[in-house]
Amino acid sequence: MQLTLWTYEGPPHVGAMRIAASMRGVHYVLHAPQGDTYADLLFTMIARQDRRPPVSYTTFQARDLGGDTAELVKKTVAAAYERFAPEAMLVGESCTAELIQDQAGTLAQSMALPIPVVPLELPAYSKKEHWGAAETLYHLVRTVLADRVPAPGTPRAARAPGRRPRANLLGPTVLGFRCRDDVAEITKLLDALGIEVNAVVPLGASVADIRRLPDADFNVDLYPEVSRTTASWLERAFAMPYTRIVPMGAAATDELVAEVAALADVDAGDLLDGAARRTRARWYARSVDSTYLTGKRVFVFGDASHAIAAARIAAEEMGFTVVGLGTYSRELARDVREAAKRHGVEALVTDDYLEVEQAIAAAAPELVLGTQMERHIAKRLGIACAVISTPIHVQDVPARYSPVFGYEGANVLFDSWVHPLMMGLEEHLLAMFREDFEFHDAAPASHLHAPARVAASTEAPATAPVTTPVTAAPAVPSSAPAQAPKWTADGEQELKKIPFFVRAKARRNTERFAQERGLALITVDTLYEAKAHFGR
Amino acid sequence: MTNPNPFPAAAAARCATPEVLRERGQREVFCGLTSIVWLHRKLQDAFFLVVGSRTCAHLIQSAAGVMIFAEPRFGTAILTDRDLAGLADANDELDRVCVTLLERRPDVRTLFLVGSCPSEVIKLDLAKAAERLNARLFPRVRVVSYSGSGIETTFTQGEDNALRALVPSMVDDDAKQLLVVGCLADVVEDQFRRIFHALGVGPVRFLPARRAAELAGVGRNTFVLAAQPFVGETVRALVARGATLVQAPYPLGAEGTSAWLAAAAAAWSVPGERLGEVVQPLEERARAALSHHHARLAGRSVFFMPDSQLEIPLARFLHRELGMRPLEIGTPYLDRQLVAAELAMLPAEALLSEGQDVERQLDRVRAAQPDLTVCGLGLANPLEAEGLATKWSIELVFSPIQGYDQAGDLAELFARPLARRALLARADGISPGRTIADAVSAPDRRAA
Repeated sequence: MQLTLWTYEGPPHVGAMRIAASMRGVHYVLHAPQGDTYADLLFTMIARQDRRPPVSYTTFQARDLGGDTAELVKKTVAAAYERFAPEAMLVGESCTAELIQDQAGTLAQSMALPIPVVPLELPAYSKKEHWGAAETLYHLVRTVLADRVPAPGTPRAARAPGRRPRANLLGPTVLGFRCRDDVAEITKLLDALGIEVNAVVPLGASVADIRRLPDADFNVDLYPEVSRTTASWLERAFAMPYTRIVPMGAAATDELVAEVAALADVDAGDLLDGAARRTRARWYARSVDSTYLTGKRVFVFGDASHAIAAARIAAEEMGFTVVGLGTYSRELARDVREAAKRHGVEALVTDDYLEVEQAIAAAAPELVLGTQMERHIAKRLGIACAVISTPIHVQDVPARYSPVFGYEGANVLFDSWVHPLMMGLEEHLLAMFREDFEFHDAAPASHLHAPARVAASTEAPATAPVTTPVTAAPAVPSSAPAQAPKWTADGEQELKKIPFFVRAKARRNTERFAQERGLALITVDTLYEAKAHFGR
Repeated sequence: MTNPNPFPAAAAARCATPEVLRERGQREVFCGLTSIVWLHRKLQDAFFLVVGSRTCAHLIQSAAGVMIFAEPRFGTAILTDRDLAGLADANDELDRVCVTLLERRPDVRTLFLVGSCPSEVIKLDLAKAAERLNARLFPRVRVVSYSGSGIETTFTQGEDNALRALVPSMVDDDAKQLLVVGCLADVVEDQFRRIFHALGVGPVRFLPARRAAELAGVGRNTFVLAAQPFVGETVRALVARGATLVQAPYPLGAEGTSAWLAAAAAAWSVPGERLGEVVQPLEERARAALSHHHARLAGRSVFFMPDSQLEIPLARFLHRELGMRPLEIGTPYLDRQLVAAELAMLPAEALLSEGQDVERQLDRVRAAQPDLTVCGLGLANPLEAEGLATKWSIELVFSPIQGYDQAGDLAELFARPLARRALLARADGISPGRTIADAVSAPDRRAA
């Protein structure tokens, strides 16, 4: 049993819903009790879809349990086929139906409908949303392509001379992070290389599009959390290679361009030579105005692919310092651990929101790049934040074109990460004029409307109604000896003159400095000695 | 103009049951766990621990609009494969989780263990667990249990079960008192307190109380006045403890509020003159507020999809005070005892439906083309895209809508979607009858 306040991922059947809701002509029959229809509102409200997700629920009740819930499954499948005339059907169970073991998928298959029926077994007590999505896409693709799989070992036919190379884009879904615009951006990029997009799956795809998947020369595995399983099966079954680069950030986009150019056997030279000019973000990062971004402390948390990419961009393309990197995607935890090593931090692999909150408080970052959850953590701690990954809320599905992949994506990321921060000159003013009525501690960046409501520092979430681990976390590491050094009154006073966004770090460093030297009291001088020692 | 108490006679005359369409099929309604979203704000020193699956946790946070409250007073003990393998271990695990939780939250005085679909199906006995934990924790913390599972409860029935679970903890008290049952917004509660005081009705207690220490007693001189139409089981449990149910319409709108107060006043034998003195100026104020919305709503048709069980009193209010025409009034569950006075005031031509087969009901919506459809969040945008104006029903549960001074706000909630459509139609030239999707190029629509 795991105590959870907020969850990063839904259950696996919500992943299956994301596949069905992304496609056309696919219907999902879900054996589930009343209440599970809540998931519909994720699609209609967060993603503002103008149609209900194509899901029929059996809605069994307690009084059905003694009777024939299996009959209810068959009735629902028949009614859904009749009403929606789908081209393929997914049939599965939510957590409660899994316990009563009606084998909904097998039952539906036995009805011999004249369309592909894909039984889904998604263990709700051990797996989660992304896994459910990946598994569903994989089984759907396998079922639809079953009769097209060539004999093992059959080599791919060479591309006919004069035919443009073709690629599939795999993995974009409804409720994914900026998928709609990423697909458009990557399509443009491939087009610039002379590569045609053969099919985009599952977003906007029909069953016929799945049938056409093997007509492409290779797959672009855009969202490994959702499509890696399918991409690797297509490689085994059809000898179709797939890309490994997630094209988030200018450098990663260059790498994807090179990767697909090699797979398609086209020349990427022109595109890559022009790329630097094409990406405004590269110039903006080099412009002197951005100097103040240097070394800003950033904490990154999200799904594995977005978190890894964001950390790399933060470090290499923005000049930030990555002080924390983590993911809730256990399936890809190894990749995140490797990335964390490159940034010199310990990866945080957890789906416990409280643990993430504690880690952020302890790292005292100046910017958090996270999910909808971290937005709230950051708000509470008074730290700037930008969302880079699912889970998302309605404001993360913008009306404007706003990809995060490709060259335009790099521009979007630059803007959306810099926006929550205080501008450089403003920071200086704040450091110089501590008592100014406008540039005081609690004042937010002047271009942001919302006043900071929190005593904006990790050292004092004093307004929290209860004792949370957060309150205790930041100041002293747990291994510290009992007699922590004390601050003298004037030392404490001087500390308050340090801008709030670095104050927690200054406090921590000074205390560590004093402790290491066995000092019992921290004076003004200790503070400045520590400052000189650690530098910035 | 005000006849303060015209209802009991009318109710008696129309008690003949109106015809009800009973539907059985897919339900687009939340389960009882969802009421935790407001219960945990109302009960300021309580914690709601759902014993369930990841789905339960995801449901509550999604229904709550994802993360509104940084440190919520609810959580989910998520069952894992290991818990399913052995119930004995699951019980130990549950005790461990509760103790950890209470260490973290020393401010909690009442811990609700909330049963879910999976916990019911595997027969995890939460009543026993509560007993076990009380032996360790009471009196510092009282542990109670109830079911909010979707196989047994719909949406607001979760609140009913939570309140009923508190009844055994209420001490015997035979002093005369008025007990108002059902969560109300604090501001509304305070208004009613002032009015009851002016009427000389009292002492007045509310269930739930804001804090555990304020839990009312119950006995033979307790008069129960339901503030919400979905607290039937709680009311019956209180009646079993000797209390008397005061039948009344619900305090929605000027008329409903007056009738509700009048029923309580009658139990205290408040003279009609006194009642008029207190109530009439308030009622006039409410009618003045309602009048702003009359032109927008009068004559318009309204279709209620089942959601919170508030549908019947809301339809009565819209019909009688704003001249709207209810076409179908869907309710997830019809508790005849609790809505007797309301049923008598519904227009005969409105279809009353209980339960749901959502596809068939949507067919009826499309055929009827109502001016306004009141429905859940899963249906609202799709219906808007078909060109139908909608009102999200969940807002009606999360907003202060009861009482005189909220009557205008309540009317405004229904008028706003219509006003908004009129505004936008002017701005972009889409006539209200055309669908947005017809008129706007929607790349998402093609994409998905």
